[in-house]
Amino acid sequence: MDRRNRALLIAGLVVTALLAGVVSTIASSQPDGLERVAIDEGFDDSATDGATSDSPLADYAVEGVENDRVGTGLAGIIGTVVTMAAMIGLLYGARALRRRDNTSADA
Amino acid sequence: MHIPDGFINVPTSAGFGAMSAAWVWYSLRRVGEFLDDRRIPLAGLLAAFVFAAQMINFPVAAGTSGHLIGGVLAAVLAGPWMASLVLAVVLVVQGIFFADGGLSAIGLNVFNLGLVAVVGGYGVFLLARRVLPAGKPMVVIAAGIAAGVSVILAALSFTLQFAIGGEADVAVGTVAAAMVGVHSLIGAGEGLITAMVISAILSSRPDLVYGYTPAMEPTHG
Repeated sequence: MDRRNRALLIAGLVVTALLAGVVSTIASSQPDGLERVAIDEGFDDSATDGATSDSPLADYAVEGVENDRVGTGLAGIIGTVVTMAAMIGLLYGARALRRRDNTSADA
Repeated sequence: MHIPDGFINVPTSAGFGAMSAAWVWYSLRRVGEFLDDRRIPLAGLLAAFVFAAQMINFPVAAGTSGHLIGGVLAAVLAGPWMASLVLAVVLVVQGIFFADGGLSAIGLNVFNLGLVAVVGGYGVFLLARRVLPAGKPMVVIAAGIAAGVSVILAALSFTLQFAIGGEADVAVGTVAAAMVGVHSLIGAGEGLITAMVISAILSSRPDLVYGYTPAMEPTHG
């Protein structure tokens, strides 16, 4: 990776960490657009608790962390790391697919 | 606009899940064709940024908030197929780890945000580029408009899913009007944020903006 890409990567990670770890803690906790429509039109009660609703990170909190803001920020940082790792892993998968195609085309 | 479990019945969710899976598979093949290995970490950053930005709910009206989808943002930066993968990864992480969007609804959510918002929004971007004059500021404006429209397209896509398999007995026209109304406001925020981020990257690293093709621009000197 060249120097310009590395500089951008570092700057981007700093901005992303600030968003997920700090700005997220002061974000609005009001219902979002879909939730608002569901409440207003009376179908919000058709929502059911999903299979992951008792996840230790459910609703962007961290189980065992008492302070809500700290929990949200921590959950944000964890999610950022997991998302980045998952995306990079998926792209290495895409690369492996391409290589397999090239190999079978050569055969 | 993350649909929880229970809003849409299982057969409908499964149908949209199959379409979303097919689209993600196709996107994976398309991305694999031209993937530059040196850009893999930057694509990872893009996904992380979209995840982080989706945590930031901004108030749009009394008692209502919205947050960035990031579909057009990712598509203008990295192309529609990479953008679909970004949104799919973000939605799967949100559903599995954070219970944000139901697991049975992941296919519905990937369809609305990873396919309709990305592909529909990118189509609007290309159209706006043709109508508007050349130049970097116009790329920013086109991206902003497309991002705003993409939110309304996603809202309509939810309405379609609700019409097909909504569990609640509510008139579809009422849901459509309410969805478009509130998401017009959220779309304005989506457009503004998208325009700001594209503008910042276009001024420092135009080579990283997929939707900006210098060949289309007038040459000076």
